[in-house]
Amino acid sequence: MKYVIIGNSAAAVGCIEGIRKTDTKGTITVISDELYHTYSRPLISYYLYGKVTPDKMLYRSESFYKDNNVQTLLGEKAVKINKKEVVLESGKKVPFDKLLIATGSSPFIPPMQGLENVKNQFTFMKYDDALAMEKVLTPASKVRMIGAGLIGLKCAEVVTKFTSDITVVDLADRILSSILDADAAAIMQKHLEDCGMRFFLSDSVSSFKENVAILQSGKEIAFDVLVVAVGVRPNTGLAADAGVTVEKGIVTDETQKTNVENIYAAGDCVVTQDVTFGGKRILALLPNAYMQGEVAGINMAGGHSELKNAAPMNAIGFCGYHILTAGTYTGEPIFECDGKSYKKLFVKDGLLKGFILMGDIERGGIYTNIMKKQIPLDTLDPQILAKPQLMAFDQKERKRMLGSLV
Amino acid sequence: MKKVYVNEERCLGCHLCEYFCGYAHSGKDSMEKAYNYGTPPVARIQIEEGDNINFAVSCRHCETPVCVKSCITGALSRDENGVITVDESRCIGCFTCILSCPYGSIVPDGEKPIKKCDLCVQNGGEPACVAACPNRAIVFEERGEAE
Repeated sequence: MKYVIIGNSAAAVGCIEGIRKTDTKGTITVISDELYHTYSRPLISYYLYGKVTPDKMLYRSESFYKDNNVQTLLGEKAVKINKKEVVLESGKKVPFDKLLIATGSSPFIPPMQGLENVKNQFTFMKYDDALAMEKVLTPASKVRMIGAGLIGLKCAEVVTKFTSDITVVDLADRILSSILDADAAAIMQKHLEDCGMRFFLSDSVSSFKENVAILQSGKEIAFDVLVVAVGVRPNTGLAADAGVTVEKGIVTDETQKTNVENIYAAGDCVVTQDVTFGGKRILALLPNAYMQGEVAGINMAGGHSELKNAAPMNAIGFCGYHILTAGTYTGEPIFECDGKSYKKLFVKDGLLKGFILMGDIERGGIYTNIMKKQIPLDTLDPQILAKPQLMAFDQKERKRMLGSLV
Repeated sequence: MKKVYVNEERCLGCHLCEYFCGYAHSGKDSMEKAYNYGTPPVARIQIEEGDNINFAVSCRHCETPVCVKSCITGALSRDENGVITVDESRCIGCFTCILSCPYGSIVPDGEKPIKKCDLCVQNGGEPACVAACPNRAIVFEERGEAE
């Protein structure tokens, strides 16, 4: 059996580990346009900060490919998928019996007049982006970030280590609008301002005059480093050209199989059934990518596995202040806030649909479990809403959890 | 493999397991030194207290560990014996594992790497919480799935 994987990040690693659970003999080939051993994308901000050394960027050990008998084609770009082969830009053809498309996503750059003449502009998704920024950042840098989302603010956090001049512009009226409600965002914004960031919200760049940004509000801000982090788009072109159904992302069934025979897909490039939302959406999250990749790998190797109970989940911290969020913010909010800790649970039809924890994040996974499994809250002790605890489960379930093999 | 199991009917809620866990992982040569000088060590086991019932919770060393699958750096892994371990040199404290663990048994330690039960593999033999439990509410043994 010849397995081919396009991509070399979390979904690809999950797929390799999934395949090798059942098939130790088949050949696995990984194709990636990046030159690096599989590394953790979220670590690029930690690398730039100096908290993580290059050897600790690796998502799996240096012997990972060897241990799993994987051939790598690094620095090779896949340009076409034929019936039984992947065509590379170099002209090379890689035959497959089973293919995983794990092409991830790319930064979205909105049209902004004059952007082409801006010097020192960056996006922040890949190792090369961090290496390139490292070369230009100095204590005198004036940095402007477009986008106050997860990627933008992780990058801005690092920038505060280099320079005190960092301004973030976002079209939304609050920071981290994909994971925080207005109240939580206001608390985090205050924290980040205390760490040295400035924000222009409900605003955007209308044009650039070389290295001066002219905002919709009329403000003009000069800079010498620009980072564009407004969002990502799934890389679905290869899949679409091969006849794979693509909606907002690549469409698969619960086994990660696409509509095209022998082609699977996983990670940021696919749409996933979200148990809290009740529909399919892109869950561009590393754990989700790994788990989908693993499911795909098991199925590609002839086993059976399905991804169940997927939901959005984010764990992220900025300048020592941590956030856990999950699910969909719908229904009745149950809210508690004391000083720097913030907790909001969203309950609808007697089910936990989502939550935001900031500051005190201890044992948040208990809420995640209740949410993902959609356990009716009336079967649990009401104390669960006050504090995540196993005490809220009935005795039989507690005994299963703590007194048996799980 | 042998794992830590708890019996809530026997737990006195005395918290000795927490203190001995913290001490066992403190690197100090006495409990007095571990708890009275500097920041007290973080316990990887914690007692839940109810009106009439108490029990200890620590890593279940799951057969299919969602924390390992979710770890964004690869710091968490399941070794050949089934022990879920964290490579502290690779943990950045993002807390994705805390968001993922259904048992709430992975513990933050400020800005340091997360802490979790390692079954005292470094300390040899029986986990410290088991040895310290005065009422055999925590045991270290082989068991199967619940019926």
